[in-house]
Amino acid sequence: MDRYTEQRLFGLLARASAALVLAVLALVVGVTLYRGGRVFVTDPAVALTPPGSRYMLDGGGGFFHAVLGSIYIVVPATVVASILAISTAIYLQSDYSSERTSDVINMFLNVLWGTPPIVYGVFVLTLIIAAGAQTSLIFGTVAIAIFQYPIMTRYADEALRSAPDTVREASYGLGATRFETARMTVRAALPGVIAGIIMGFARGIGDAATVLFTAGRSTQMPGGPFDSATTLPILIFEQASSFNAEVRSHAYAASFVLIVAVLGLILVSKLLAGRFARFAPGGRHS
Amino acid sequence: MTDDTAIRTDDLEVTYTGNRDVTALDGVSVAFDENKLTAIIGPSGCGKSTLLKSLNRLHEIQPNAEIDGEVYLGDEAIYDTDEPLPEIRRRVGYVPQTPTALPLSIYNNVAYGAKIHGDYSRAELDDLVERYLRKVNLWDEVKDRLEDPGAELSTGQIQRLCLARSLAVEPEVLLCDEVTSALDPISAEQVEETLENLKEEYTIVMVTHSMDQAKRLADDVIFLYLGELVEASDTRSFFENPQHERTREFVKGHTAVDYDDEPSEEAATDEPPVASR
Repeated sequence: MDRYTEQRLFGLLARASAALVLAVLALVVGVTLYRGGRVFVTDPAVALTPPGSRYMLDGGGGFFHAVLGSIYIVVPATVVASILAISTAIYLQSDYSSERTSDVINMFLNVLWGTPPIVYGVFVLTLIIAAGAQTSLIFGTVAIAIFQYPIMTRYADEALRSAPDTVREASYGLGATRFETARMTVRAALPGVIAGIIMGFARGIGDAATVLFTAGRSTQMPGGPFDSATTLPILIFEQASSFNAEVRSHAYAASFVLIVAVLGLILVSKLLAGRFARFAPGGRHS
Repeated sequence: MTDDTAIRTDDLEVTYTGNRDVTALDGVSVAFDENKLTAIIGPSGCGKSTLLKSLNRLHEIQPNAEIDGEVYLGDEAIYDTDEPLPEIRRRVGYVPQTPTALPLSIYNNVAYGAKIHGDYSRAELDDLVERYLRKVNLWDEVKDRLEDPGAELSTGQIQRLCLARSLAVEPEVLLCDEVTSALDPISAEQVEETLENLKEEYTIVMVTHSMDQAKRLADDVIFLYLGELVEASDTRSFFENPQHERTREFVKGHTAVDYDDEPSEEAATDEPPVASR
């Protein structure tokens, strides 16, 4: 095959695969938005109505309990995981740890990242049993936080590493302490750090396996941290396997809410990142 | 050491440990006079930057640097001391080679150092920011956009911002690491002008690759070769009457490289280099 044919063929392959991404995305989002949208047209408040007492049987009421459950579980988990992840990522930089230490920790983080979330679910379930506790919202938060932590840490670590060393030098040169310098480095890497937090949030809000047997799969409104609760992904699984057609259709409405939430988050992250990229030295992240 | 010495090194030895230990400075004792601009010159890898950074212990942010000897700021040792390291670095300011704005607004770039070292009211900070931006001739260019990111300025403006930022913590000595090497000629000239004005008030130690710059700006010149101090004298005698063979060769060699792309027959003659100002 001559070089020019080769080039043309690869050009085709590259375009076709890029088009495939778009097509799959459009199809998934399109179907969800269309079928979910239909539910919202007939019942606009379905996502904000608490479930009836026999919701899983007859679809009476809505699935506000899962929306609220998702928020109550994933928001605190994201806050906790972000604080831990940023602290760890700072520790992995050369001011705090040797290259060998950070290599080893990064390897562990990669293992944790690759661990299937169901394993975290089982792990937290073991804790619950050992503690003699009941599955509840707070354990869902713990499981999600453990799941998000390696993702956010790797993102934050990469972001901090790509921040120019001269920021560190300049900060120390002004007489900043190690902590003040670390804070300055995080500022310089903020677009990447925010991207990591949003990515962790999106993964967390979409994960079912971690909360499957830690949060309690409740069909009632969550009352407090020690009440059992459910999240949207679990609810979708249960709705979709229901024999009631109305409950099944609600699965699309719940998916609609999830997809819109994730798209919204990515939009917010882009806006925030763009805002902070103006301040990043050299504007490299913009 | 004379009475007007601002900072001096005593038998300073710096080694970077690793697979192969590299001695960057080998027993350097040198004094920098108050309110003068001293240029450190020498071929690449001769320890210029290491000497500069060892004056405020900035090389220590590299984990593998080991140091022996002492640096005295006035009469005070900066290595064998109880004074916290950040305080020493406040007293000996540093301007990096690569113009780097902190990820803050223009205003906060200048105010940052003051903010971390002391309690200032907003009015005092306003005052300080204006004073130091004026000192580096940047105020008129940025006074209407103080809240914009520092990173959005031009490279030359950022380097003057770095100068203002370093001066705003009121250091006794200012270290400049090839501060014009990343700049276009016009910006470089502006920074040089600023340094020219500053040397009335500050003790400045500057690493430079440019002989011409050393001739134009420096009061004194220090020549390092492979980590050792070869010659230290005032600028005029350094260039017109160098005492050491190596200095002569370096000054001559550089003249050739600076003025022509290739060393030419002419440049190889024994003419003393002409001071450009």
